[in-house]
Amino acid sequence: MRRYLVRRLLQAVVVLWAAFTVSFIVLFLLPGDSLSIKLGGLEGTATREQIDAVRGANGLDDPIHVQYAHALGDALTGDLGTSAQTGAPVAGTIVDALPQTLQLTGVAMVLAVLGGGGVALAATFTRLRALRQVLLSLPAIGISMPGFWVGLLLVQVVSFQWGLLPAMGNEGWESVVLPALTLALPAGAMVAQVLAKSMTTALAEPYVETARAKGAGRVRIHLRHALRNASLPALTLAAVVSGNVLVESVVVETVFSRAGIGRLTAAAVDNQDVAMVQGVVLLAALVFVLVALVVDLLYPVLDPRVGRAV
Amino acid sequence: MRFSVSAASAPPRRLRRTAGTGAAVAALALLAGACDGAGDKAANSAEGGPPQSGGTLTFALAADPTCLDPQQFGANASLNVGRQIVDSLTDQDAGTGEIKPWLATSWEVDPQATHFTFHLRPGVTFADGAPLDGAAVKANLDGVVALGAKATIAGSYLTGYKGTTVLDATTVRVEFAAPSAQFLQATSTMSLGLLSPATVAKTAEQRCQGDLVGSGPFTLRSYKPNQSVELARRTGYAWGSSLFAHPGEAYLDRLVFKVVPESGVRAGSLESAQVDAISDVQPQDEGRFASGYTVLTRPNPGVVFNLQANVSRPILAEEAVRRAIQKAVNRPELAQTVLTSKYKAATSPLASVTPGWVDLSAQLGYDPEGAKRLLEEAGWKVGSDGVRVKDGRRLSVDVIFAPLFNASQSVLELVQQELRKVGVDLRLRKLAAGEQNQVQNSGDYDFAYYNVTRSDPDILRTLFSTRTVNRLKIASGDLDTVLDDQAQSLDPVQRNAKVAQAQRIVADRAYVIPLFELSQVHGLGPRVHGLSFEASSRLQFHDAWVSS
Repeated sequence: MRRYLVRRLLQAVVVLWAAFTVSFIVLFLLPGDSLSIKLGGLEGTATREQIDAVRGANGLDDPIHVQYAHALGDALTGDLGTSAQTGAPVAGTIVDALPQTLQLTGVAMVLAVLGGGGVALAATFTRLRALRQVLLSLPAIGISMPGFWVGLLLVQVVSFQWGLLPAMGNEGWESVVLPALTLALPAGAMVAQVLAKSMTTALAEPYVETARAKGAGRVRIHLRHALRNASLPALTLAAVVSGNVLVESVVVETVFSRAGIGRLTAAAVDNQDVAMVQGVVLLAALVFVLVALVVDLLYPVLDPRVGRAV
Repeated sequence: MRFSVSAASAPPRRLRRTAGTGAAVAALALLAGACDGAGDKAANSAEGGPPQSGGTLTFALAADPTCLDPQQFGANASLNVGRQIVDSLTDQDAGTGEIKPWLATSWEVDPQATHFTFHLRPGVTFADGAPLDGAAVKANLDGVVALGAKATIAGSYLTGYKGTTVLDATTVRVEFAAPSAQFLQATSTMSLGLLSPATVAKTAEQRCQGDLVGSGPFTLRSYKPNQSVELARRTGYAWGSSLFAHPGEAYLDRLVFKVVPESGVRAGSLESAQVDAISDVQPQDEGRFASGYTVLTRPNPGVVFNLQANVSRPILAEEAVRRAIQKAVNRPELAQTVLTSKYKAATSPLASVTPGWVDLSAQLGYDPEGAKRLLEEAGWKVGSDGVRVKDGRRLSVDVIFAPLFNASQSVLELVQQELRKVGVDLRLRKLAAGEQNQVQNSGDYDFAYYNVTRSDPDILRTLFSTRTVNRLKIASGDLDTVLDDQAQSLDPVQRNAKVAQAQRIVADRAYVIPLFELSQVHGLGPRVHGLSFEASSRLQFHDAWVSS
């Protein structure tokens, strides 16, 4: 087990390094840079000399390998640099924004798992063919609705017309409801789709027949026997989905005017704020690595056969 | 302004309910007339009875201010917040362009416009208790110069700055190496707004993030990036501009700016009263606020949105081509079809609310036949695909632009169609925000599309003098002389004559193809009163109040 953990941690380090390096190269190759954006633009009146002076002072005229070595060295010592746009330290800015996004994505994931799981279980449990068809078609609808559109629709109806919940901001639990619902819809739909499919497969397995022959009730068969087996693929998917939710937060936080990692990302990309983009990329890579690790460690708990293979 | 007085005498509440009656319609028309052009200060102050003190006004901004320091940053969102925190030496009348007393009760300028002596109002303090005296003024001006490229706008106002001498506690003399008539207007802007010496001593980054103390009618309470900025009334404020509608403290207890980037959400938040007012009403949303709301609008002074020629390019080096393009653009059509009535067709390289503006609409008239004639005479013959050709070269030019203003793409597409009718091919090159500078510095473009906000005609010198950025890439000549002459005189008659001459040269030689005037368009809910624009079309909240 320890060797397994060490191997996984080494893998995680490689993933983080790769994410850092690839994003650095991509940002370097883009035309323009953060300082030109901040100081100039066509409407700016900074002279070329002024901009060049600041560029030089910030090391932007150094060759790529020198800039890369600097950035990597700083990152290794925990210094992610300062945002070119705001001048604030990147690490601090991310730490400030992270709780907002964790709150949002956390609520969204809970809603997605409960809602998606509920739909899947209801669809496989019911004996009414029509209801089953309706329930099974819900995930496809959920996945195909763009988050931007769902968000605007919820804002229009629930907030502007009914006046039930605020359309913007980070204050209070009320402000989380609509954006979390928007995020949870496609995520929940994916969970429902995969779980419904693996439930159907599991319910056709011989051990279900055995359980039934032993006199187990439908509820027990469903929740105790089939769900436990069927939840493995759904769990894997949930890991992917929680990454997607982080990505979707870029759109959802903009629509709902929430501060958070998504908004930071959007602004950083717009302004080619290299240090900030890299900070966010590292964070995203870290989240993916951690979630994957947690899921891997959960497998043996759910299915002892997996544990033996490790 | 007489019009808004007559509207004030009508009972406003009833006015709205009986909007169908002739009298009300007439009164509304008068109000609308008062909103037009430069005379729009406090467009809605006439409504709602006597001003009430107290309450909170929530204003939705379209973008995060990013940096709150008005000396450093030039984005509208930061300036609209920064204006409330800092005071300026002078203020500029939005209607007449005249410079009026604020923190300086009087001033003298030498005939060469190189020495400016300001007499400060005694007893003014910053919110941290520090006195606003001569030493504080000197610290601020020296500080702007020290910020260098981090304060591009404020820095450009201090081009040629030699230094500030503190003559006594309430008298300072600012000296320039070369004539700089624009400096007087510059002292009225928030870009040269005064910060506490303790703030000036902080790093540029600390100031950006809100470590910011001024002497203004509001003080900064909190800044949460991408979320909100909260200001509170400065108690004991007693040194308002001579242009403010009332003396003393601001009416509002608190002023909260919320960042709401999505335009539809902004509009809906105002309709559902979740905010009191919003900035940047998009053309498609204007109709939602036709009744029951006030749409506060004013063109940005300065250089209008235009196509600025790079005359070092072979095709645009030909004056005939540039002049033909000048004639081929139908400006009223641009304003009417792609934009809304809140945006005006350009009538000069300068916007109509800029001091010194002259109406050149006759020279900038739509004349496609004249354009074709000019091109024919210059030897450009229509080729097989409708684009003109001379010596084997197609009459094809590009324009670089960044999506800074939402309707820019549609505006340029319409210009493209219009030019096509006279045989000119215009290629649209959309650039990312940071690319513009690089491309412009490299010189690899024909036209550049942009505007610059400045409520002083000296912006023409900043942009078009060969001694500064020389964006036109022209050889030095009579335009330089005219632009330098206007910088030497603070006498309005003399200066405006030179400014008019400069506008004519730029338009006649078609160095720039003026298109339309950018406007600030804000939506105000029924609670908001007394909110007005200052001369550079940013908001001044000192006289704003909310009805309970």
